[in-house]
Amino acid sequence: MTTAQPSEKLALPEGVEPIINDFSITVGTVNGSGSQTSNTTLMRAIFKMGVPVEGKNLFPSNIQGLPTWFTIRVSKDGYLARREEHEIVVAMNPASFARDVADVLPGGVLFYDDSIRLAIGRDDITVYPMPVKKLAKASGAPSSLRNYVANMVYVGVLAQMLGIDLDKIRFALDFHFKGKEKPIALNMGVVEAAAQWAAENLEKKDPYMVAPMDKTEGYIMTDGNVAAALGSIYGGVQFVGWYPITPASSLAETLNEYLPKLRKDKDGKHTFAVVQAEDELAAIGMAIGAGWAGLRSMTSTSGPGVSLMTEFIGLAYAAEVPVVIWNVARVGPSTGLPTRTGQGDLTMLFFLGHGDTNNAILIPANPTEAFEFGWKAFDIAERLQAPVFVLSDLDLGMNQWMTKPFQYPDQPMDRGKILWEDDLETFAEKFKMEWGRYVDVDGDGIPYRTVPGNRHPRSAYFTRGTGHDDYARYSEDPENWEHLQNRIKQKFQVARELMPLPVVYETEGGAEIGLIGFGTTEDAILEARDQLMAAGIPTDFMRVRSLPCSHHLDDFVKNHKRVYVVELNRDGQLHQILTMHLPGQAEKMVSVAHIDGLPMTARWVREQIMAQEAK
Amino acid sequence: MATRTNRAGLTKQQYRGAPSTLCQGCGHNSIASQIIAAAYELDIVPENIVKFSGIGCSSKSPTYFLSRSFGFNGLHGRMPSLATGALLADVSLKGMGVSGDGDTASIGMGQFKYVVRRNLDMVYIVENNGVYGLTKGQFSATAEKGLTLKKQGTNPYMPVDICMEAVIGGASFVARSFAGDPKQVKELLKAAIQHKGLAIIDIISPCVSFNNREGSYHSYSWGKAHETPIHDISFVPSREEIILKEAFEPGEIKDVTLHDGSHILLKKLDRDYDPTSRVDAIQILDENYRNNLLLTGLIYINPGQPTLADIHNLPDYALNRLTEKDLRPSPETLEAINAQMF
Repeated sequence: MTTAQPSEKLALPEGVEPIINDFSITVGTVNGSGSQTSNTTLMRAIFKMGVPVEGKNLFPSNIQGLPTWFTIRVSKDGYLARREEHEIVVAMNPASFARDVADVLPGGVLFYDDSIRLAIGRDDITVYPMPVKKLAKASGAPSSLRNYVANMVYVGVLAQMLGIDLDKIRFALDFHFKGKEKPIALNMGVVEAAAQWAAENLEKKDPYMVAPMDKTEGYIMTDGNVAAALGSIYGGVQFVGWYPITPASSLAETLNEYLPKLRKDKDGKHTFAVVQAEDELAAIGMAIGAGWAGLRSMTSTSGPGVSLMTEFIGLAYAAEVPVVIWNVARVGPSTGLPTRTGQGDLTMLFFLGHGDTNNAILIPANPTEAFEFGWKAFDIAERLQAPVFVLSDLDLGMNQWMTKPFQYPDQPMDRGKILWEDDLETFAEKFKMEWGRYVDVDGDGIPYRTVPGNRHPRSAYFTRGTGHDDYARYSEDPENWEHLQNRIKQKFQVARELMPLPVVYETEGGAEIGLIGFGTTEDAILEARDQLMAAGIPTDFMRVRSLPCSHHLDDFVKNHKRVYVVELNRDGQLHQILTMHLPGQAEKMVSVAHIDGLPMTARWVREQIMAQEAK
Repeated sequence: MATRTNRAGLTKQQYRGAPSTLCQGCGHNSIASQIIAAAYELDIVPENIVKFSGIGCSSKSPTYFLSRSFGFNGLHGRMPSLATGALLADVSLKGMGVSGDGDTASIGMGQFKYVVRRNLDMVYIVENNGVYGLTKGQFSATAEKGLTLKKQGTNPYMPVDICMEAVIGGASFVARSFAGDPKQVKELLKAAIQHKGLAIIDIISPCVSFNNREGSYHSYSWGKAHETPIHDISFVPSREEIILKEAFEPGEIKDVTLHDGSHILLKKLDRDYDPTSRVDAIQILDENYRNNLLLTGLIYINPGQPTLADIHNLPDYALNRLTEKDLRPSPETLEAINAQMF
């Protein structure tokens, strides 16, 4: 491993110790001003320098005008969770200027648009004004693009003042604009002019620097929605019914982008269909129809969409139809915080449906896993003949993550118990009985199914959510009903063995304290573990990757004296599920939960656990 | 005596379903019989049809015909979306959707309009009785203004005209019929089954228990007295020569050729009506509504409109028979994607 070295070009004032690759940058801009391009360009350039980096877009529910922030964490140690502290703040928005100035840590740095004529009033930070308007105008960009290129000014100034390689910035712009020369040249021109202006006019007084490392080799940068879409394609998705909703829309849009490239037959015909439905009611209806008819079928939505889909998913549960539902969660209830992140949909998904229901849920924590669960979800849904949820969130779905490349599926597709014409004949011979749609011949609660298009004269059956017997005949018979409900429940014992196992991080020599979390809070919890360890509190950590709970989880709880269940919601929803699942262990499980719409930080986790431990 | 079979080698019995549990005399039972007859006479193998329905009395009826066809009794108003997903799995399958006026024109209005827009290859029958039967006699969206029902008082709202909604929505096949005219129902069903695309048939189908009073629009007696066919329709399968044609005077008959070479022959009655004109269709439906008529027949047809499967560029083989080698792109493609990521 290369150790980070300060760039020779950046001379620090005497006596100032450099702080290299270990700080956060927050950029405050106006929503809709194109700052997303500038921010991802900065982040990507740092990534290409081999320095671990992560970016969180903290944006409002608005197309243009409201304040928006983007935080970039640069971490030589590879900590990728959001931090609450900002060493470097770039203030481009007069409306949020006072707040942005106040947010700079003592000793930190403020870069600001010098046309903002508001008082700064701080002498504990370094301040660099930037002639944004002047440089944007000098770029020669048409006035319609001037606001966009204005944001490239801070890219250039930061590159110069922090030591970010301009070649890497060019590389990032080339990627962003897909090689189109004109926008690349225009934006790069502004970056270079701004860097040159900074070199000539600003004197470096702060200690923060980016220096090349080799810690991003073997990683890619992408978001969870792209990963989910690609994973679904490598899982053989054939039907997608969807309806636009933040933060899930880009998942279906990515399917639309890649499916025509990857799934045309030799005559150019599509072996898939993606239908943008009129609403979520129809999106899930189509997906369930397709799943029932033997297609690998899915929908992608967010919490409010799942609410609308609930009745249909209950039907799929009762009629035993495979379908995959992606919930890229935002913050509810109601419209809530539609552009913020949280983990508030867990219990909704787990118990979703009226009557007695429980559902299988996969919970990815990063894009690599979103890809993996993308294909696995179809295998599990077809095996269980049931709706399967994948619970992502806005943080995973829409933010750029440094993640391992997507791994090609390591298992053949499992199409579950499906019978075609010949299989029906074999079935009769093998089991010495006539096939019936809901007859459990294997004793695992999972019957065999046929699908439309099967031309065997005894293949058809009538599907309904109403009470039915083993042969799918209408029945209100009490015994039939109870038998049906208990058999379906039995499938979830099978699910326990089928779902991805939890990931466990153990302290050498063992720890008394166990932490349990799920999904995108992993980075914050892992970082908090290191901080707790440094404070003399060793912990083990289990990241749950699916529900229903695996046996490993039971053992983990039993083997620790105190268990903190850490999550991003108000009521501690995983904690609720676990205390129901393990009532005998309930007393030692403590909920550590909060929801403010932002990704979890290590500091919050550490402080919560330390406060609990101090009791 | 050998049992009579059709060209598919099947007896009529093999097109039947479970015994009906609807009321004696319900219009829906008569429609089920005509579905059986139409499928039998068209020599359709039942496995080639998939039945769909929503919720309500009408939606129970798919159990009572074609027991060898797959069927899915879904949710209220959401039969169209179920059918949309399912029928793309194998484009050689024909959908047979049965809905009611409540199921289609209330909660289902959105999905109805959208399945019209998408031109799914399915027959969409609305068994229209102006009343909610299964919940015991509330007004439905097609109940006429001024209709008085036992516990409901008098309906103050304008009715929804299902055919008008379909024509305006861009449907490729729109017909209206009356359950008391089984011959016309059967011929329209045959034409609808052979039509490639969505075929809406709005069938006035009286509810003998809750809305069959003398003078009410959806009653048997009113329908029998007022039904006026706009033409005399007969369906001629592609295998049969149109010998009948010569028997008519020029201009007396309209011949609509379907994609498979079969014909819909429309014999002129009182008026000269062109079912390939949307403007004429809207006009006749407006006339029907304003004058409180029950004009029946093929109101609109466009045999060449692309279906949902065409729009999505689907192959003619069944997608649901594809296997891993067709569905999972190669490892090389994923390597390329990883290389393209930042």
